[in-house]
Amino acid sequence: MASHFSYAVTIFLMIAGLFIVISRGNLIKKLVGLGIFQTSVYLLYIAPGKLIGGTAPIVSEAFDVYSNPLPHVLILTAIVVGVATLALGLALVVRIREAYGSIEEDEILTKDHEDSIADQR
Amino acid sequence: MSVAPHLPALQVVVPLVAAPLSVLLHDRRAAFLVVLAASWAAFAIAIALWLQVNDTGIISYHMGSWAPPWGIEYRVDRLSSFVLVLVAGVAAVVLPYSWTSIERELPREQHYLFYTMFALCLAGLLGITITGDAFNIFVFLEISSLSTYVLIALGRDRRALMAAYQYLIMGTIGATFIVIGIGLLYLQTGTLNLVDIGQRLPAISGHRAVLAALAFLTVGLSLKLALFPLHQWLPNAYAYAPSAVSAFLAATATKVAVYALLRFYFSVFGATAVFLQLPMAELMLVLALGGMFVASTVACFQNDLKRLFAYSSVAQIGYIVLGLSFDSVTGLTATIVHLANHAVTKGGVFLLLGAVVASMGGVTLARMQGVGRVMPLTSFGIVLCGLSLIGVPGTAGFVSKWYLVLAAMEKGQWWLVSLIVLSSLLAVVYVWRFVEAAYFKAPRADLVDAREASPALLVPAFLMVGATLYFGIDTSLTVGAASQAASALIGAAR
Repeated sequence: MASHFSYAVTIFLMIAGLFIVISRGNLIKKLVGLGIFQTSVYLLYIAPGKLIGGTAPIVSEAFDVYSNPLPHVLILTAIVVGVATLALGLALVVRIREAYGSIEEDEILTKDHEDSIADQR
Repeated sequence: MSVAPHLPALQVVVPLVAAPLSVLLHDRRAAFLVVLAASWAAFAIAIALWLQVNDTGIISYHMGSWAPPWGIEYRVDRLSSFVLVLVAGVAAVVLPYSWTSIERELPREQHYLFYTMFALCLAGLLGITITGDAFNIFVFLEISSLSTYVLIALGRDRRALMAAYQYLIMGTIGATFIVIGIGLLYLQTGTLNLVDIGQRLPAISGHRAVLAALAFLTVGLSLKLALFPLHQWLPNAYAYAPSAVSAFLAATATKVAVYALLRFYFSVFGATAVFLQLPMAELMLVLALGGMFVASTVACFQNDLKRLFAYSSVAQIGYIVLGLSFDSVTGLTATIVHLANHAVTKGGVFLLLGAVVASMGGVTLARMQGVGRVMPLTSFGIVLCGLSLIGVPGTAGFVSKWYLVLAAMEKGQWWLVSLIVLSSLLAVVYVWRFVEAAYFKAPRADLVDAREASPALLVPAFLMVGATLYFGIDTSLTVGAASQAASALIGAAR
């Protein structure tokens, strides 16, 4: 179990994040869930790339255990993507709040439905 | 120094550089010209690459001269060059259209941002298609997705905001599933180069992590390509986005996701036993049929034409995935040829609907009554595209369905042939709803004076309609390229 600790945490975060996205009706809370879900992937990539006692890959007599730097670099990119997504999502929520006066999904969908009925006239 | 060897890099870099440039210019005319030049250049580069691939075979471009599998490789083969030409071609037609179209739909001070997002979206879509690196696919996917969310949110209806938000949630879940799948593959093989992964997978094909990677990639990509029942984000996104955006997305975004699915299935997983161990073909068959029938039926009950044709898109994606599920050269030919045929058909429909929005202010059936009399040319174009969606001979849609039926007959699945024909009848129903409103009802009193939209909108739209008819008659270009791409995919997978 101890050797798979990071995987257990990854899977827990993954499922928790996805569950929040699906179960919450509040648009901000959904984004929080989405953030947790995306963060779990960072762990999925980085944990196997890190060796305990490993250093950065510096070619030298003094070091002989290296961590794989590639997953770290990939996740640096993924973090940027995650931040951009979250920023855009929050910006959309601000605009939604201005347009609908609410950030609860069910209230907004009711108003959407009213808009659709108004279109038919 | 010649630029010719660097065309694969320029294919992505040109639109990518156009995006920040148009922000800096901060002027709608200058931004338009820059992005127009970039998209036409991208189209020219795509054609040049296509010709080159036909001549000399696969082009492998090493980014920064780092040799694969360590460096990022851009790889142009028959399939990717075909999709590149398709995406860049649609962008080259839609962009001139958008100049006039967004005039009415967006505040002027937002125009330069529209062109920026358009260029980013194009760069992302071209990048997904051209790259041979798994993680690069994810990065480009997010570039195109994030810009797509913004483009949808620019719609003037407040429902566009909610549609963009919902697409953001679904799209990010999809992209994260894809990156989980890629991560699992990387953990198993230690490489990100698609060809390299494909070569290493057979040795570990029975491993559970590989199966999990296949599952994550399938679900993630199915979300992005709006495979039934993961299509919930699509109808509202297409319906409330600005007209030019609806046309561009309908013609390209889901198609590129299908391309990525083909790439992973046949170039990465195809050679391994994994693909044969799981009932992937049966699963895809069931979902494709579900899309064809459920989405077509829902389309029949829509009162907003943009929503109606958006549901029709979900149904047409069903046909595309159906071809894939046969796992044969004919089936894949049908899939690839329908990528192009559906792109020009649906692109044409949404461009024409944009012309209707410009003249009549909306595209609900109630508002569009008698549109056949006040806008005869536009309605005629929509009917022609509708015939292609049904699959009437002489239109592009017929060619795709012909190959689908051939593929079903090859497998001796006659019941499937009848289902394909039956689902086409549903298309007759929803296209007929437009015909009935347009030609058999009198225009609304306040809209009698509506006139045809300006040629700036009609010319690009009729280029698409013309392509729909042309690809229905002369199939040497599309079917020729598609069958070669299909044999190459299947050949690599066996």
